[in-house]
Amino acid sequence: MSRRGIARRRPSDWVVLAVAIVLGLLIAVPLLLILINSFKSPGDYNHSGPLSLPKELYFDGISAFWNRVDFPLKLWNSFFISGTVAVLAVGLSMLNAFALGIGRIKGRLWIVVLILLANMLPQEVLLYPLYFLFKQVGLYDNPWSVIITFTVIQSAFGTYLLSSVFSTFPKEVLEAAALDGAGRWHVLWRVVFPISRPTLSVLLIFFFIWTWNEFLIPLTFLVSNANQTVPVAITALQGDRLMDVTTTSASALLGLLPTLVFFLIFQRTLTRGITAGAVK
Amino acid sequence: MSDARSLIPGSRPRAFWPYLLPGLILLIVIILIPLAWNVFLTFTRYRGIRPPQWIGLSNWQELLGDEVFWTSFGNSVAMIVAMVVVPTLLGLLLAAMLFDLIGKKFGGRVASFLRATYYLPQILPAVIAAIVIGWILRPKNGALNQVLEAIGLGALQHNWLGSGDTALVSIMVIMVWVQLGYPVVIFMAALQRVDPELYEAAELDGAGWFQRFRAITVGIIRPEIFVVTLTCTIAALKVFGPVYALTRGGPGTSTIVPAYYAYSEFFQSQQVGYGATIATALTVVIAIVSVVFILVQNRMEKEEAR
Repeated sequence: MSRRGIARRRPSDWVVLAVAIVLGLLIAVPLLLILINSFKSPGDYNHSGPLSLPKELYFDGISAFWNRVDFPLKLWNSFFISGTVAVLAVGLSMLNAFALGIGRIKGRLWIVVLILLANMLPQEVLLYPLYFLFKQVGLYDNPWSVIITFTVIQSAFGTYLLSSVFSTFPKEVLEAAALDGAGRWHVLWRVVFPISRPTLSVLLIFFFIWTWNEFLIPLTFLVSNANQTVPVAITALQGDRLMDVTTTSASALLGLLPTLVFFLIFQRTLTRGITAGAVK
Repeated sequence: MSDARSLIPGSRPRAFWPYLLPGLILLIVIILIPLAWNVFLTFTRYRGIRPPQWIGLSNWQELLGDEVFWTSFGNSVAMIVAMVVVPTLLGLLLAAMLFDLIGKKFGGRVASFLRATYYLPQILPAVIAAIVIGWILRPKNGALNQVLEAIGLGALQHNWLGSGDTALVSIMVIMVWVQLGYPVVIFMAALQRVDPELYEAAELDGAGWFQRFRAITVGIIRPEIFVVTLTCTIAALKVFGPVYALTRGGPGTSTIVPAYYAYSEFFQSQQVGYGATIATALTVVIAIVSVVFILVQNRMEKEEAR
């Protein structure tokens, strides 16, 4: 408490702090309400209201919803799609950026702008043609339709970011590799890839979470129950007759838990990425 | 730009084309062809079964006179208020407050804890965030209505998402809740660039907190303000998930947005040509907004440099 800046607190500072804390509470309260009410029985909820803690922990709502949507399967679908997209999109971004940033292909500025289109367009303009296309080639209602689409969309941002990172790649390193007689493929895998790994891992996490959170395209292309992702499966059951008040709360809880876990695991990487300008 | 050398000595740029090929082919198949196809569909009548039938500009004429379409864009303006105007203004104040006051007087830990709390809703999928608040706004036994009853304000109970007078405002509140943390995080990172001596000098000159905020804070983090307003405006024009999950555009057309309108024309009314027209119009609006933003930003930067 002896440090100069911290010791001089005026009453008005405490007021500001109080305002900031109240706002934080307002933002957190909806999530806390979901948390406590997911463990209540409907009777308990109707009797003592949404604000009290559960009288006893009641897991029927959660397990009813868990079994109803076959939650492990939906988790796996989301995990499989997002994970595959993240790996493929990072790989594709790296190949593109190698040609654009290090190869300095002619017309690279326009190529980057063209590639960025994939990220800027509202997905509605792609929706019907892709729906038709995937039906024709037999990929409709198949996770690979979503995987291919998002690999292209996410790698647009990755290409944009990595091209500018690669264009400032230390020249001496590349020259030394060339002197050793390494070919382009070798330089990419043995030199560029290991050195840029920190950036690639940030991209990997971002692509994973962005794909996990996507809604419109999975909703349209993955129609059967067995292929749905977590956000789609949870949205599909809202307003269903069999969903009582605490089961609905449990469904929201199951929807937000995975992303909350990712956030806690990757918090440092994410804040670093966000503040580095890697925002969408 | 025109130097014909790659960064690898002895490798000519042309030799790198094979690395770009997979990306370009995928881009053409997944983005460019569908985009062109979608524009073609706007000139046709197409119900998804028989081949598209050329009808010229009829869809576009219909669009200009379509009240639902204009309602959906009116609601987009509401989304811009909820996702751009309010979060950016509030985010500026909060970021300055956390960085300048709470961070300095109560320690960086308190400030970053509060920042993380504000950011929480941003990590959720937008539909799940909407479902969380939708649960609180449930008409029959929702938390908000129950609390109103318990504190003797039962008369204020309302079917928040189900009646035309409050549905749009309810969705706006949800979007403010979702969006607020994003500008706070970006602006707080930007504020690290501000030289503390500048503040001390201004304080010695007798500048009040608000004067310093306006002159120094807003001036220095202007690039970030541009990035945040542009990305959030695009996101606001694209909103789909929360509307789909909570109201399906209703009641009536009170919460319809262009993205949802296009979706319902595609897959519910089976008017594919007309749905494609709405989607294309939305794309044009987004393109114009982006270009205008970037031009204004460039002009301001040039004036600054002078």
